[in-house]
Amino acid sequence: MAEPIKLSIDGKPVTVPPGTLLIEAAKQVGIEVPSFCYYPGLSLQGACRMCLVAIEKMPKLQTACTTVVTNGMVVHTDTPEVANTRKSMLEFLLTNHPLDCPVCDKGGECELQDAVFRYGAAETRFLEGKLHEEEKKFSNLVYYDRPRCILCFRCIRVCDEGMDVNAYGIGFRAAHSEIIPNRGEQLECEECGMCIDICPVGALTSGTYRYKTRPWEVTYTGTICNHCGDGCRTTLSVRNNVVIRANNRDHSGLNGEFLCVKGRFGWDFVNSERRLKSPLLRKNGKQEEASWEEALTFTVERLKTILAEHGPGAVAVIGSNRTTNEEDYLLQRFARTVLGTNDIDHHRTADFSSLVRALTEAGATDRYATIEDISAAKSLLLIGNDPTHQHPLIAYQIRQAVRQHGARLYIVNSREIKLRRQSSQYLQVKPQGEAEAVRALAGQAPAAQDLCAGGTGALTALADALKKESDTVILFGDEIQGQTVNDLVTCGLTLPGKTRFVALGDYANSRGAADMGLLPDTLPGYQPLSNEKARERMESAWAAKIPAAPGRNIRSIFEGIRAGEIKALLVFGANPVKTFGLDNAALTGLQLLFVAELFRTETAELANVVVPAASFAEKSGTVTNTCGEVQALKRTMRQAGTRSDLEILLALARLFGQRWTYQSPEDVLREIIALVPGYDIPLPSLLVGRAVPTHPEGRPPALERPDLVFSSRDSLFTSGTLSRYSWALNSVDEAKKPYGHAF
Amino acid sequence: MADYRNPMLGSPLEVKVLTRRFDLANSASIAVYVAHEGYQALKKAFGMKPDEVINEVKKSNLRGRGGAGFNAGMKWSFVPGQTTKPKYVVSNADESEPGTCKDRVLMEYDPHQLIEGIVIAGYAIQSHQGYIYIRGEYRYLMDILDRAIEEAYAQGYLGKNILGSGFDFDLATHTGAGAYECGEETALLNSLEGLRGYPRVKPPFPALIGLYGCPTIINNVETLSNVPHIISHGGDWYAKLGTPNNGGTRLFCLSGHIERPGIYELPMGFPLRQMIEDVGGGVWHGKKLKCVIPGGSSCPVLTADEIDVPMDFDSLARIGSMLGSGGVVILDEDTCMVKAAWRIMKFYAHESCGWCVPCREGTHWLKTLLERFHSDGGMPDDPDTALDVSYNILGKTLCPLGDAAAMPMISILKKFRHEFEEHLKLGSCPYEKRAVNVA
Amino acid sequence: MLSDRLKAKFDSVIARYPLKRSAIVPLLLFAQDEIGYVSDEAVEEIARRVGVNPIEVIEDIGYYSMLHRQPVGKFHLQVCTNISCMLRGGEKIFEHCAKELGIEHKQTTPDGLFSLEEVECLGACCGAPAMQVNYDFYENVTPEKLDALLADLRKKDQGSRIKD
Ligand SMILES: Cc1cc2nc3c(=O)[nH]c(=O)nc-3n(C[C@H](O)[C@H](O)[C@H](O)COP(=O)(O)O)c2cc1C
Ligand code: SF4
Ligand code: FES
Repeated sequence: MAEPIKLSIDGKPVTVPPGTLLIEAAKQVGIEVPSFCYYPGLSLQGACRMCLVAIEKMPKLQTACTTVVTNGMVVHTDTPEVANTRKSMLEFLLTNHPLDCPVCDKGGECELQDAVFRYGAAETRFLEGKLHEEEKKFSNLVYYDRPRCILCFRCIRVCDEGMDVNAYGIGFRAAHSEIIPNRGEQLECEECGMCIDICPVGALTSGTYRYKTRPWEVTYTGTICNHCGDGCRTTLSVRNNVVIRANNRDHSGLNGEFLCVKGRFGWDFVNSERRLKSPLLRKNGKQEEASWEEALTFTVERLKTILAEHGPGAVAVIGSNRTTNEEDYLLQRFARTVLGTNDIDHHRTADFSSLVRALTEAGATDRYATIEDISAAKSLLLIGNDPTHQHPLIAYQIRQAVRQHGARLYIVNSREIKLRRQSSQYLQVKPQGEAEAVRALAGQAPAAQDLCAGGTGALTALADALKKESDTVILFGDEIQGQTVNDLVTCGLTLPGKTRFVALGDYANSRGAADMGLLPDTLPGYQPLSNEKARERMESAWAAKIPAAPGRNIRSIFEGIRAGEIKALLVFGANPVKTFGLDNAALTGLQLLFVAELFRTETAELANVVVPAASFAEKSGTVTNTCGEVQALKRTMRQAGTRSDLEILLALARLFGQRWTYQSPEDVLREIIALVPGYDIPLPSLLVGRAVPTHPEGRPPALERPDLVFSSRDSLFTSGTLSRYSWALNSVDEAKKPYGHAF
Repeated sequence: MADYRNPMLGSPLEVKVLTRRFDLANSASIAVYVAHEGYQALKKAFGMKPDEVINEVKKSNLRGRGGAGFNAGMKWSFVPGQTTKPKYVVSNADESEPGTCKDRVLMEYDPHQLIEGIVIAGYAIQSHQGYIYIRGEYRYLMDILDRAIEEAYAQGYLGKNILGSGFDFDLATHTGAGAYECGEETALLNSLEGLRGYPRVKPPFPALIGLYGCPTIINNVETLSNVPHIISHGGDWYAKLGTPNNGGTRLFCLSGHIERPGIYELPMGFPLRQMIEDVGGGVWHGKKLKCVIPGGSSCPVLTADEIDVPMDFDSLARIGSMLGSGGVVILDEDTCMVKAAWRIMKFYAHESCGWCVPCREGTHWLKTLLERFHSDGGMPDDPDTALDVSYNILGKTLCPLGDAAAMPMISILKKFRHEFEEHLKLGSCPYEKRAVNVA
Repeated sequence: MLSDRLKAKFDSVIARYPLKRSAIVPLLLFAQDEIGYVSDEAVEEIARRVGVNPIEVIEDIGYYSMLHRQPVGKFHLQVCTNISCMLRGGEKIFEHCAKELGIEHKQTTPDGLFSLEEVECLGACCGAPAMQVNYDFYENVTPEKLDALLADLRKKDQGSRIKD
């Protein structure tokens, strides 16, 4: 380590590492140097001149945002000259800035307004007419108001440097300079809206939020986005029980200021007119509105009849990869102990089970990578998947790793994914060649000559490069599953340093669904059903028997229905008809199809009973992201008529005569913490909004068949069924581009 | 079909170094150049060590002719000797400072002089690639230079193994497309890299991190055109042509209200009064002098009482102005200084790159304020406001364009405050009623 | 369609630089010289050739005052009114142009023959008042000389039409 630098700022001694910018050094001793164009993590501009400070022995004021500290530097930020300079820069900014704060979306959270309040220049001496420009609509989601723009260029940089999209530029010159979009009058981009959030003033505003409210009339609740598996923290702004905005207001949590288009705009399904508000009961072939009591009583009666006539083998359950851990945990308890069936599964989007087994067998359950491990990585190996679309936050963190500290990114993919722009080696393999490449890298099977463009030599080059790296984070998609996961882990663990792994699964709680045992052959925490001790442990906790034989996986459940063996199917927060492409006749043999859903999906349409479920915004609980980090959802609002899956399950259990004592999701979580291996997480951390990593350990049975694990390949603008009910996600033209399009 | 005359009207007081070949027929051709000492300096330089070339230039007290007047040899010596990166020589032919049109004649009448200077500079810092950044309006000069470069390649003064020295050097022209700010050296580099001409944060200086992130020297056309003479005749000889610390001659552009507007090569330190009266033939139509802009519109103006000054960098700095780019603009007694200030500010407001706040907003403010003030809408606070706004720009901008706008403004507001008061008192411009001179 | 001559010129210009994007501004100007303005096609073509996003080319066009996105007149009159020219009647010359042609700053005559622009210092201060017609300099301009010039340009246009 190089010697630290010692300097003085306003008489305070400061010690910082070499290379520190003066503005950051000042921050460390609590001295605020105002700035607009400076933004940590983005390139330096020296444009706004707000940060000018006095440095002894320098003839002129210097910009703290571009000055690197040196030993013995004596800095003053509190001289009259500095104060006057700040005031005058604000006066300059206000010359052509409209004074429409009362109607501006940013009023109350505007950096310019705050700065004027703190540093003066409220009254202007500028008597000339202000330059005027009409507001421009860059897209349905992004509007630009030139007069309000202070040209700090943050939007341009976050789009270039943070997103690698480069959708913005600068038009004209001098006082007529303005921000321009990349397609004439229009933006064509990932529509992440980072530009809106990062804009210090109200120049860029959100198509969904603008003119809706004043920031102080809103309640803010920090929760977790419900779309992809990355688990971004987001603050929902709610007014009159309606969500009107999402942004990670305090930049806390694993995503900092990042949110993708789904996180920032795609929550609007919550407010959709098409939300189910009342249970539906099929009468005379038609679904009709019914009371909750009627719907649930009917369901339980029908279930009891079927169980009595055909036994537990005639009942199956499909869970969700968006519902909370608590709900998933209760669902499998309900299936196994109340219905007495292990025929429970969900749409698995990554092979978490195989990763857990491989790491457990290698004694390396400390090698699950967190989101932070990704952004801090020195070296990354990405196999399969297209994180730009499927894992926007992880893609962002990978780019951060490369840009901020020069991490090397190695990619094995059969498609030209966008992240290849950041890669130092990009191995394009033939379609579906990812697994073969891994087996070859692991020395399990030689690769065919036509595996990749550069022949097998490219593969060797990749292997050689990886051997020179250390602490590599390996991320893999659904292309790698079953035994290949094992090969990858075994080989990865031989690389220098602490290799870590991430299996990339699709939705907000895919990982939780697997962790909580929505699987036919494993109990919560990847304990195999066949493990008697594990079974007994749960049985004693639940005071109930668990059938010992593994149940049917999701494909076998469909086969069982077709064969007439399964008479009742309960579906919670899933749309298997669409996801598995079931034909119309597939479910007609059922005597009971019960669906708990937000919308009347293809599956719900076929059901005898549909109950309206609460969305993520309307409930509390926890979810686990694809890296295995647990975070808390917080209820922000109520939706009349709906109930959370947890409430539904408790009601069903009660009707079955069960005496479950859970009062709240937290009660269930306490049980999970006590009983589920790997989930011994500190509750307080969770409640203050941290992401708590888990380290599951278990030896679940091998993957039964390859078609059990598959990703939905959602794009940036889709999110399974949910996105169909989002106006925002469907309103942008980019959503119509073919899958995988790189912006 | 262009219609302009050679602005070199000539004066017996001239000392011709750079312009010595201008009167020769076909002076731009390589044949004429070679027949009149051309490329001899290059030969001589190849016989010297690169460091010796730099020292000779240092000794000559050649100071940058682009405006800032930085010692050229010193600038070259900042380029690191040991580096794996390529190095570049860039000739600044953006000539856009109002009142300045001297680089134009240097390129029109003696392009090989510039090329030879560039190659010597390249040899001195061990660079192998040069660019001449020419303002877009000077298209005909780009054609002249392209032709000259072609000739130089053909005769072995450019390209591989020049004159058998083992030294390689390539040179190309590059055109701008209308932007004063691209004369600023770092904005020029960005422009040359295909970007908008925004200046860069300094440090690092171009000598360390310049074009494409590599060590680069940037010099004005006139600066580089001097180099062959310094090498041929020695740094001491050159230094002695001028005043201490201000070596050589300069091309002064006399324009505005002067009898004989034109470009004159005069020794550094030539007295301004004599320049106006004897060289330029006095104020146009025999009127009285009101004020002089001594070195392009960025310089603080001098009143008629301040013209007893030697025209060199240090002497002008001593009286609070600058030698700048050598553009001497004469304003007669009937010129409205409010209008002059407005016109100057209109230029800077138009040419501000728009990157930094005080320049972008401040120049626009001053321009609109002066526009209103001069068109009969002046308010009593305006002069104070304008002065304050100028001081709020001065020294606070990213590049010196902000200062270039603020300095003339401050000087006019201070030295000609009474004209502002007169406007206020009359409610209109006192000068517009008087005859305006049109040739 | 860009002409073959222009395309060949593009290649030779790009070859001057270690970084292709350096050629953007020269290419834009050369394309404009041929087409009369910078067309969408030229933007796309230049972006493609130097390997940047079109928006980066558009950013440059906005910055450099000689580049136009719309056609200007066949004869683009650029009259300097900056300080040296102003002192010698540059504004009168500009006004004279405006009056004679019936157009204002940055306008084009309906027949597309002339366009007018008030420009900043052209680097012809010692020949003030100065102007440029396309790339040709005219110095020490007077209203009389201007009238003759306009007549001359009109005649020249006639001549070129008869030839077509
Ligand atoms: C706004 C601005 C415009 C400038 N324009 C020119 C110019 O047109 N020509 C020039 O040679 N130098 C110009 N300069 C000065 C250059 O930045 C630089 O100092 C010069 O090219 C260095 O060469 P020299 O040392 O030989 O003078 C300008 C500077 C500024 C701040
Ligand atoms: S002072 Fe600022 S706005 Fe003006 S030209 Fe320089 S960088 Fe651009
Ligand atoms: S002021 Fe007109 S050409 Fe310089």
